[in-house]
Amino acid sequence: MTSHAHDSHDASHGHDEHAHMPFQAHHFDDPEQQFDAGKLGIWLFLVTEVLFFSGMFCAYALYRSLHPEVFTFASQYLNETLGATNTGVLLFSSLTMAWGVRCAQLRQRTGLVICLAITLGCAAVFLGVKAIEYTHKWDMGLLPAGEYVSQYLQTSHHEGLSSWLYVLSAVPAMCVVGFGVWYVMSVISGNKQKAEIAGPFLVTALCYFLGVFIGIVFQNAEAAAHAEHETAAHASDSHADQGHSDHSDAAHGVKSEPMLPGKLVNHVEPNSAPGAPTLAAVDQAGGAGVFFSIYYCMTGVHAVHILGGIAVLGWLLIRATKDHFNEEYFGPVDYVGLYWHIVDLIWIFLFPLLYLIK
Amino acid sequence: MSAVATKPTHSHYESIEADNFLISSRGFLSWALTLDHKRIGLMYLIGVMSAFFLAGILALVLRTELMTPDQWFLTTQQYNQVFTLHGAIMVFLFIIPSVPAALGNFLVPVMLGAKDVAFPRLNLGSFYLWVGGAIFFLSAMLYTGLDTGWTFYTPYSTQTRGPVVAATMGVFILGFSSIFTGLNFIVTINTMRPPGMTWFKMPLFLWATYATSIIQVLATPVLGITVLLLAAERVFHIGIFDPQYNGDPVVFQHFFWFYSHPAVYIMILPGMGIISELMSVHCHKSIFGYRFIAYSSIAIALFGFLVWGHHMFTSGMADVTTIVFSALTFTVSIPSAIKVFNWLATMYKGTVQLNTPMCYALSFIFLFTIGGLTGLWLGALSTDRHLHDTYFVVAHFHYVMVGGTLVGFLGGVFHWWPKMTGKMFNDFWGLVSCGFVFVGFNLTFLPQFVMGSRGMPRRYARYLPEFQEMHQMSTVGAYLLGLGLFVALGVLMHSLRKGKKAPPNPWGGATLEWQCESPPPYYNFQTPPTVNEPYDYTPLVYRDGERGWDYVQPELPAKPVAH
Repeated sequence: MTSHAHDSHDASHGHDEHAHMPFQAHHFDDPEQQFDAGKLGIWLFLVTEVLFFSGMFCAYALYRSLHPEVFTFASQYLNETLGATNTGVLLFSSLTMAWGVRCAQLRQRTGLVICLAITLGCAAVFLGVKAIEYTHKWDMGLLPAGEYVSQYLQTSHHEGLSSWLYVLSAVPAMCVVGFGVWYVMSVISGNKQKAEIAGPFLVTALCYFLGVFIGIVFQNAEAAAHAEHETAAHASDSHADQGHSDHSDAAHGVKSEPMLPGKLVNHVEPNSAPGAPTLAAVDQAGGAGVFFSIYYCMTGVHAVHILGGIAVLGWLLIRATKDHFNEEYFGPVDYVGLYWHIVDLIWIFLFPLLYLIK
Repeated sequence: MSAVATKPTHSHYESIEADNFLISSRGFLSWALTLDHKRIGLMYLIGVMSAFFLAGILALVLRTELMTPDQWFLTTQQYNQVFTLHGAIMVFLFIIPSVPAALGNFLVPVMLGAKDVAFPRLNLGSFYLWVGGAIFFLSAMLYTGLDTGWTFYTPYSTQTRGPVVAATMGVFILGFSSIFTGLNFIVTINTMRPPGMTWFKMPLFLWATYATSIIQVLATPVLGITVLLLAAERVFHIGIFDPQYNGDPVVFQHFFWFYSHPAVYIMILPGMGIISELMSVHCHKSIFGYRFIAYSSIAIALFGFLVWGHHMFTSGMADVTTIVFSALTFTVSIPSAIKVFNWLATMYKGTVQLNTPMCYALSFIFLFTIGGLTGLWLGALSTDRHLHDTYFVVAHFHYVMVGGTLVGFLGGVFHWWPKMTGKMFNDFWGLVSCGFVFVGFNLTFLPQFVMGSRGMPRRYARYLPEFQEMHQMSTVGAYLLGLGLFVALGVLMHSLRKGKKAPPNPWGGATLEWQCESPPPYYNFQTPPTVNEPYDYTPLVYRDGERGWDYVQPELPAKPVAH
């Protein structure tokens, strides 16, 4: 790895050699050794990240194999459109991140700032969409096992924006105001470098609300489609009986329950093993909550990683505006890029496992 | 080309004196914000020693209560809280960081001839994570008293009124401290070896540290997610571990031991690395079977990931699973035995010096062997049924953790004390401390094997009168052990004030740390050291007690060291 650099230089010569390398740490012989150390370090960190998530993937596999019917039932409540949107957003952000690394290597300062800003914006859009998904579920009582409200017994129906959404959006709203003021101030005072930092930060904060907007639009579209489907189902199923407590007829009970998504009718089979509790019984006992436990744990920890990513991307952006990166020194961009890709990659696994597999 | 290592002359000493890392800069902040691996190592040493002192006192409290079969001064609830504190502090605050974070931090870069670890700021960060985690963890446990045992087993930990959430967050923080230390060492050893130091010219302590670091990096994140899920279970009732919400408590045991069994090797492997150094240096004989010892460290690290189920033989796993885990457990004994045999073979026809570090090393081999062999009883399914959750288990893991890691750690501290502080300790009193520790330790834990095999369950505050005599022996032994440790502390503290000045190489070691001054200057080496065979003692010449050993470049045309 570093051997040929070692061969030609004695370690003690390292210092005068990197007079033009302001970010060379004193204990490394040369920039190459520093870069290799950082690269190995970040890969090891990614290994720990994979193992960190592995516990939850194990829990998923275990409970899915123990209660497959619960997973089939409960995953109906996840909105694939929103999930797919977020997948696209993250994939695109990975592209801009990789592009940013290339810009850093080519010393394209403006290109790097733009790429980092877009990546940050995508991260914020992701969180905005996630906020809609979460708050919608909280309103419906789709909560971890202990707080889970059975969808068979659920009668209340929430309209309009969730009050939780206001809680979650408080910090981004403050960011919009803060970065907005900072941006305007720096433009007025003519501080170009500060404006270059404040501008992308403002856009990032605004992107959260763009995500919220996208989320609301798709959520409403889904609800409208669902309502339409339900009306149609009611019209055709004139014989739909009302006995959803009747265990032998649980599938029909599902049909007449307004809170259940329409497509459930086609997919969910009552547990067919003789003597086994029906899905309705499992759900009423809160047993379906384990799906949402795992959902919140996995996506929640993932969202925390997105937040961490926003923090380090912001740090990179500030350094990029100061023109710290060049052909010789682009390690931090590379490392953050790898981190960002793994966060993306984990989502690539979460999306099908939670949203798509029936 | 191979620059002949500069011979320290007296005037040379004085110029370096002011440069020594202990006094090269002064003031509280110069320590609190230092990025120097040696200072961080020393701060860790003080930290883990304080934790050890606290948990040791708690152990004496427990042993004192057990003098009588019935209540003496602790209620059963208090007893539960005290043994939880003792175990949790010992495991998370002392044993896991003891050798890697304290001695490893000091030694890894010096043994590599490097200036520092790869990520000095991360290193300081991991120290503060340890401090923060320690404060958080201790205050959480003391606030209302945690009584789950250090293992946090569900379903009790999801029901008890104790501060489980805060304590697990403390463990979470401490885990990241451990991960960052391990990550730092792997990168340091991989990318910062000096020219000429191939993997098989590394000191065996570095091999052991490398193997330990692999475990720290691979296993600790799983502990992180486990305690996070446990906290989520307490707060949100996620129903993964809690049977009340259809969870499975045995899943917690699997998750927990997936970390905590490899963690056992985080605890013992660095101790084994210390012994490999001590055996060779104090016998003045090249280590026997270098490659076998090196590979066995890696083998232990890898096998360690496959045997966690042996903690759970009685929790209702499938028969086939238990058989597989049992068989895998026995495979770990192979690399462990390889090490023991190689250490013994190193002593054969060596010039054995029975000084304090060597006596601790010999104690290690004796005690670790007992600890390892009794592990076979617990790994065998039929005997484990009988011995599970008895004092036999307690004695077994104390033989490995205390008889192994702690004794190895003490041996290492004595061995490198002159290097770290520049002071020689009093060898006679060092030997006295070793004698007390050895006798006291055996008196404490040998009776526990007997008690356990006769059915005395672990973690009980009250017991049947028939066990009283052995419990009393054990308690007396614990006091002797404590006395020995106090003597050891006294010897070390005395050396700081009155100790003779240590030469660069007091023992005649051939690894690189003995080529720099004692204590090392801030940058460790004035000129990059010459890499040589780590266990070749032929070039070492003994001068006298004042100057110790000198490394003399062989007269023969030295093998050119590629730069």
